[in-house]
Amino acid sequence: MTSQTQPGRLLKAPENFIDPDGVRRVFAEAKEGRRDFLRGAFAAAAAGVAATAARAADAPADGDPNILNLPEYSRALGQGVAQNNGYGVPSKYEANVRRRISPGLTQTTQASVSFAPLQSLFGIVTPSGLHFERHHQGWWDIDPSKHRLMINGMVKANKVFTLDEIMRLPSVSRFHFIECGANTAVEWGNVAVPTVQYTHGMVSCSEFTGVPLITLLELAGADLKNGKFVLAEGADGSSMTRTIPMELIKSGEVFVAYGQNGEMLRPEQGYPLRLIVPGVQGVSWVKYLRRLEVGDMPYATKDEAVHYIDLQPNGQHRQYTSIQECKSVVTTPSGGQVLLDKGFYNITGLAWSGRGKVKRVDVSVDGGRNWRTARLEGPVQSKALTRFNLDWVWDGKPAIIQSRAMDETGYVQPTYKQLRAVRGTRSIYHNNAIQSWLVQESGEVKNVQVS
Amino acid sequence: MFRFRKAVLAAALLAVAGLAGAQGAAKYPGVGRDATAKEVAAWDIDVRPDFKGLPAGSGTVAKGQDVWEGKCASCHGIFADSGEVFSPLVGVGGISKEDIKTGHASKLMDRNYPGRTTFMKVATLSTIWDYINRAMPWTQPKSLTHDEVYAVTAYLLNLAGIVPDDFTLSNKNIAEVQKLMPNRNGMTTDHAMWPGKEFGKGAKPDTHNVACMKDCVPEPKLASFLPDYARNAHGNLAEQNRLVGAQHGADTTRPEPKSGESVPVAAAPVAATPVAAAPAAKPATAKAEKSAGGDSKAALGLLQKNNCLACHAVDRKVLGPSFQDVAKKHAGKADYLAGKIKSGGSGVWGPIPMPAQTLSEAEAKTIAGWLSAGAGK
Repeated sequence: MTSQTQPGRLLKAPENFIDPDGVRRVFAEAKEGRRDFLRGAFAAAAAGVAATAARAADAPADGDPNILNLPEYSRALGQGVAQNNGYGVPSKYEANVRRRISPGLTQTTQASVSFAPLQSLFGIVTPSGLHFERHHQGWWDIDPSKHRLMINGMVKANKVFTLDEIMRLPSVSRFHFIECGANTAVEWGNVAVPTVQYTHGMVSCSEFTGVPLITLLELAGADLKNGKFVLAEGADGSSMTRTIPMELIKSGEVFVAYGQNGEMLRPEQGYPLRLIVPGVQGVSWVKYLRRLEVGDMPYATKDEAVHYIDLQPNGQHRQYTSIQECKSVVTTPSGGQVLLDKGFYNITGLAWSGRGKVKRVDVSVDGGRNWRTARLEGPVQSKALTRFNLDWVWDGKPAIIQSRAMDETGYVQPTYKQLRAVRGTRSIYHNNAIQSWLVQESGEVKNVQVS
Repeated sequence: MFRFRKAVLAAALLAVAGLAGAQGAAKYPGVGRDATAKEVAAWDIDVRPDFKGLPAGSGTVAKGQDVWEGKCASCHGIFADSGEVFSPLVGVGGISKEDIKTGHASKLMDRNYPGRTTFMKVATLSTIWDYINRAMPWTQPKSLTHDEVYAVTAYLLNLAGIVPDDFTLSNKNIAEVQKLMPNRNGMTTDHAMWPGKEFGKGAKPDTHNVACMKDCVPEPKLASFLPDYARNAHGNLAEQNRLVGAQHGADTTRPEPKSGESVPVAAAPVAATPVAAAPAAKPATAKAEKSAGGDSKAALGLLQKNNCLACHAVDRKVLGPSFQDVAKKHAGKADYLAGKIKSGGSGVWGPIPMPAQTLSEAEAKTIAGWLSAGAGK
């Protein structure tokens, strides 16, 4: 019964075992070497030699020591199965890939945001542990056997469901993006943050599994004719409430999810139950979902009457703005990154639309003067992130990289100029303008806005 | 025969009516049960703009001030104007008599007015009552009585200049007060961002970009970029990018390289400090601290349990001082600290008061012991 043998105790993350001095020394050495390489690379490029030649030339005469001197992992026994208490963790070399807070954005960690590291992600799925977080009154890890879902209001019979029961019903599994209505909010007026993690990191995409809400409403005998709105309510301290559009419920798109990327929802994402409202801003995807009420008028909850309302230049606030309109962003190269050399690069990024599928993404490397159409990686799914790629050879000159998405309704992502002409700069929410990244001659990439 | 026909007819009628309940229940037998009246009452707490759902009760401005100072002022400020933790609820001069008459908060148009307050924005009084009732106080949501919610709402309305000092707000007069809300006409649903036609015919999107491909705009000019002094404001970006890949992170602890200079990046270092500052105390150290410096593990657990971490952190100022600063200032004074934890107070660390805490004597002593011994991890 000693604590050392207690099962369920997690081992410390391996990176904690690295001696900080050792880290500094290793990377200082690596840095020296790399700087030599960079100089060599630029000199070689200037002389018209391909970068690959420079790379090869950089190796010592007899070959790369990483090849010539067999590493320990080639000469000794590796580790065994089922470590880390049976749940694998990323490589210790991936310790930089983390969700992060934006310094000074909020005063507490419980009513706050952490941003997903879009600059380091591939494809369209956000690993559950890197999914952006937004909590209003802190997160909880709720015992699923005690969680209940209630349906009341304009229904024949008020109903209560357990998780066991909900998980018995026919389920759907669908990929959808979730984006906070305030994603990119700090950039409405001017550039405020350095990287894509902080400009666009309040978007994530998962495969969610659950039961269409319409099924549960039918079970309760909901009056779908006069019941024009549904209130969704969470079980946590904030008991988050939002008015959910009936059109999306009737279409079968809205569902009550318990699964995320093949496992249960993460506690930070609402374990054991959250509402999925495809295409609509994240605040409506109520976490720790405990109650749904069918009614005949919208509810003007705190987050649709005080926050998540969009101030327009005429002093009026737009209320019940819900759809996340078509948007895209290049994730690499992006702000805070450095291109190591001239030559070939894959410009890659993400596009999405709250109105359906992404139809096309165009990319400019000259600040929006000329555009080329990028390749969309399939399958392109409705109201899900879509990955795009475009070949690019960097000539070492300054370049302004932009992406511009179009959705299946024909709507084209606006420029900042167009967006501000209609909505001014004070609306906080729903900034879906085209993002610009300046690649400087030094290779360092900066977040910029162009006029 | 007759009976059979009647049954068929009934079934047909039911099908034509298409009642959702009849379908659903028949399709998924054994799933879900009817909620009891008590269960619905326990959870159905929402209040709509037409005040459906509002329980009976009342509260005065004066009573509201008492509740406010004890339970709300620590985050929102005595006059609900603090922006230290959350955005201000009521600001000085934010709302005019004219606004109450027109139902448009005119200061929303004034770019120089600092901070748009809750009462400048909100159009519906139900929103305020509902939210205080469901989610406040922040660390003890749903702990106020209905009368206290009325009282706090009345106090806020008074601070905003909407009701007089001697006002009593109740379920009977709340609809009348709604007619005075200073931004009650300040909302519009004339936009294309609600899926469905519930708010009207459904407007078209408000921007109209076209997918031009060639010579679309004149030479772009840089209009905005991050100033040099903010280069490292988000931490070293070299530690926020993968070690390998087409692009590495820029070392923002160094000045930006000048044009033509190669960038000193190379292999980005692994983040020296983990992002989610998990205090992974080494067992040996923890043991030493337990004997010499109070029970840090127990104390940290109590801080979590009693919501102390909403306003304090171990090693940095949040709303209140860091525990390490408290430890430094009051080293060895466990009894004083235990008393302060329970009674709360203000003036020692700044103007924002710390409310009295409801934790047990033993819990307060454990935390105070840990603090007086240095607040070690």
